[in-house]
Amino acid sequence: MKPAPFDYAAPDSLAEALSLAAAHGSDGKLLAGGQSLIPAMNFRLLQPAILIDLNRITGLGGIERTASGGLRMGAMTRQAQVERDARVAQFAPLLAEAMPQIAHPQIRNRGTIGGSMVHADPAAELPVVAVALDAVFEVASQHGRRRIEAKAFFQSLFMVDVAPDEILAAIEFPAWPTNSGWAFVEVARRRGDYALAGVAAVVTLDGGGKCRHARLVYLNLGDGPVDAQVAAGLLQNESLTPDAIEAAANHAAAHEIDPTGNIHASADFQRHLARVLTRRALTTAAARATHFPS
Amino acid sequence: MMHTVKLTVNGKEYERQVEPRLLLSDFIRHELGLTGTHVGCEHGVCGACTILFDGQAVRSCLLLAVQAHGHELGTVEGLADSAGHLHPLQMAFWEAHGLQCGFCTPGILMTLIPFMAENPAPNEMEIREALSGNLCRCTGYQHIVDAVRLATATESLTR
Repeated sequence: MKPAPFDYAAPDSLAEALSLAAAHGSDGKLLAGGQSLIPAMNFRLLQPAILIDLNRITGLGGIERTASGGLRMGAMTRQAQVERDARVAQFAPLLAEAMPQIAHPQIRNRGTIGGSMVHADPAAELPVVAVALDAVFEVASQHGRRRIEAKAFFQSLFMVDVAPDEILAAIEFPAWPTNSGWAFVEVARRRGDYALAGVAAVVTLDGGGKCRHARLVYLNLGDGPVDAQVAAGLLQNESLTPDAIEAAANHAAAHEIDPTGNIHASADFQRHLARVLTRRALTTAAARATHFPS
Repeated sequence: MMHTVKLTVNGKEYERQVEPRLLLSDFIRHELGLTGTHVGCEHGVCGACTILFDGQAVRSCLLLAVQAHGHELGTVEGLADSAGHLHPLQMAFWEAHGLQCGFCTPGILMTLIPFMAENPAPNEMEIREALSGNLCRCTGYQHIVDAVRLATATESLTR
């Protein structure tokens, strides 16, 4: 339960960190909040030759409004800061609703938004929110920066589109769409445990109250965030009646998720949870879209 | 390679040479001799090792000692003014029977200090949410919740 030996560097600047990352490649690991990395090292599941600690770099954290009305967050922004920021509640309410469901307060005090994204645990909340909101990831290297859309960023189990010589610098959430409602719901055995299943729902209504656009993204029901586009498409141009919601929930649970089951929940039970949670999420999202149009 | 860690714990300055792989929890217990911070699971689940890091509750088993260089820590030893004069939160735990074996108690107290500063009059749901990251296998939590309610009531009366 103690980490194997490793070297440690705590650069003061992103440029220095990028140079270290380029020099050490896949022998190095970046230390952000460490709330998943350190346990993995304590268990010796990971034995990096060197840890590059990003915590002494100034300017990698913080939240700001973008010119287009969205939110830009530095990768090292602590989850507790995201949770408490009034602008997040206003301009990215789905993210605000997901935040308190991430582990425990002590974990969120250290855990960072970027660290959780790059870790890409299929049971994590933040990647699901990023896909549901079409977030954009800005990755830095010694050769400059590139931007990656959320659905391309998450590649597979614990795999994201970040090379060993790159560092995630920021995440941008686009402006919140008008006439839109949201819900983030999950089921865990105990508060703060990894969820057995969860879903993020976003619905946008047209002037007549019908669904113009819907998004359903699932947590812990596949190799990464599961974007159920067919189920969400079933809702397009429909009124969000209980029957329409039921049909979408049934389709997603039967055909689009890929639960593997685990010691706490069989795959069948996970499908059941997906169905129930989708119903709840869409019902809540539809009501919020009606009551909070902007 | 050894690294220098210079930090403040409960207002007192310390300086030690450490290996990078030394966990902050082990540093506090074995290097500084402050054994009030307990070590349970070492993977961030039980909350027994919770301390204050620049005023915020964190798991000391999920931090490296080298990361604490230049920072200000608080442990359970810093709560009571003296051996005969407990912190009001500790008094409330005593009064309400908020502990049996006491293993989880230091972590719970250190979780609650910033929580109570931020929420001087929490309701039961808020208290339970605040305690969600701390496991206790003795009391069933009811007495712990009672202790927090007592502490928050007492503190608001004395203010």
